[in-house]
Amino acid sequence: MIAVCDYGIGNLASAEKALLAVGAPARLVRRPEEAAQASGIVLPGVGSFAACARALRNSGFDELCRAAVLEERPLLGICVGMQLLFEASEESPGTAGLGLLGGVVRRLPPGRRRPQMQWNLVTPTRPNGLLATPEWFYFVHSYYAVPERDDDVLARADYGVCLPAVVGRGRLLATQFHPEKSGPAGLWLLARFAESCAAT
Amino acid sequence: METARIIPCLDLDQGRVVKGVRYLGLRDAGDPVELARRYSEDGADEIVMLDITASAQGRAATVELLARAAAEVFVPLTIGGGVSSVEDARRLLRAGADKVAVNSAAVARPELIEELAAEFGSQCVVLAIDVRKRAESYEVVTHGGRRPSAREAVSWARTGARLGAGELLVTSMDRDGTEAGYDLALYALLAGAVELPLVASGGVGDLEQLAAGYLRGGADGLLAASIFHYGRYSLREARERLSQLGVPLRSLPPGQSAGEPGWGTVLR
Repeated sequence: MIAVCDYGIGNLASAEKALLAVGAPARLVRRPEEAAQASGIVLPGVGSFAACARALRNSGFDELCRAAVLEERPLLGICVGMQLLFEASEESPGTAGLGLLGGVVRRLPPGRRRPQMQWNLVTPTRPNGLLATPEWFYFVHSYYAVPERDDDVLARADYGVCLPAVVGRGRLLATQFHPEKSGPAGLWLLARFAESCAAT
Repeated sequence: METARIIPCLDLDQGRVVKGVRYLGLRDAGDPVELARRYSEDGADEIVMLDITASAQGRAATVELLARAAAEVFVPLTIGGGVSSVEDARRLLRAGADKVAVNSAAVARPELIEELAAEFGSQCVVLAIDVRKRAESYEVVTHGGRRPSAREAVSWARTGARLGAGELLVTSMDRDGTEAGYDLALYALLAGAVELPLVASGGVGDLEQLAAGYLRGGADGLLAASIFHYGRYSLREARERLSQLGVPLRSLPPGQSAGEPGWGTVLR
């Protein structure tokens, strides 16, 4: 089972729906205990960094994510779910992220429409389990992650800045874009994540 | 890179997709679930569904139908119609919407935008604005064009952005269903005034007019209804023609652009 963390924010049903559409055994889970046996974990996120970080802590899903990384269980962060993996965000000064990856989250620079709300071309920069060739994905965000280690950036997109679109280390992976809303390309990416969970 | 978005819009009334002219004389345009599936598979960048009689009838959008349509869609889906509270929005998000459009209720009570942004994040909140051209400016109208308001479009757009809207969907009521083309002056005005993503809506009759929304109006979202519903153009034809005209668009994955049957179906 792949657990989609439902920690009380926004629309998480679409991540579950997309995983189910590619035949993955996904389930929305409301309590971390329900994910104890999960072969993989999906951490979605919409809204503000602070609201998500708070909800994550209150629900106990923060500990689940930390444990998953230690146990090398596959974990996929999506959008704010990716930003939460880092240490902090300019959006919510004083609120700590999970700190599973070194680095901070910054506001997109002026000059382009904010939020970025569009399809953008994502180009892999390092071999990774999610994306082998450039593909188009749907982005909605005003902030972007700046990892400390260049090695943590697995794919990039251009939006005035060269922004990390896929980050990760080992079995911890995350996308700034929304694969669950990115048509066939997104479904393929989710299918690859599901395969990596099945191989655990 | 920056890309434009082609957005088919489904206006719903009593369980059917309808299309009128200047919001009147509604004519049947098909089954919402069927059309949503087709547009998602054929290469729509997003889909908008509006329950257009909800506000006028004082009710929220019909959730059950929207949920069935949302199940067929794997691109971003905006749903609107009669949303007047955080709870209304939550119901639509649970039904599968990625974004919720507010219109009449936000004009009556602008704090609604703030409440929605605080609860779900700005990326979820689309401020839909219906306007009618007046001598010197654009007047905001509500309740499916049935009621005038004291607001002017550009200042209302700025207010909406300040209160936390994440996107503007601006419909010219004068052009709606007329096929006379977008009101380009309106979008040029708004694109210069607000930093938010901007969706143009109202009046598209052919693909040149659709392209002009981006090339001359400066809108990054290009919404159209009748040209797609009645089969005058497919999404694929639209994408090809707009690319030729110089509108930057995502390219579809191979297979999807080659006209193979729906990927959703294949993967299921």
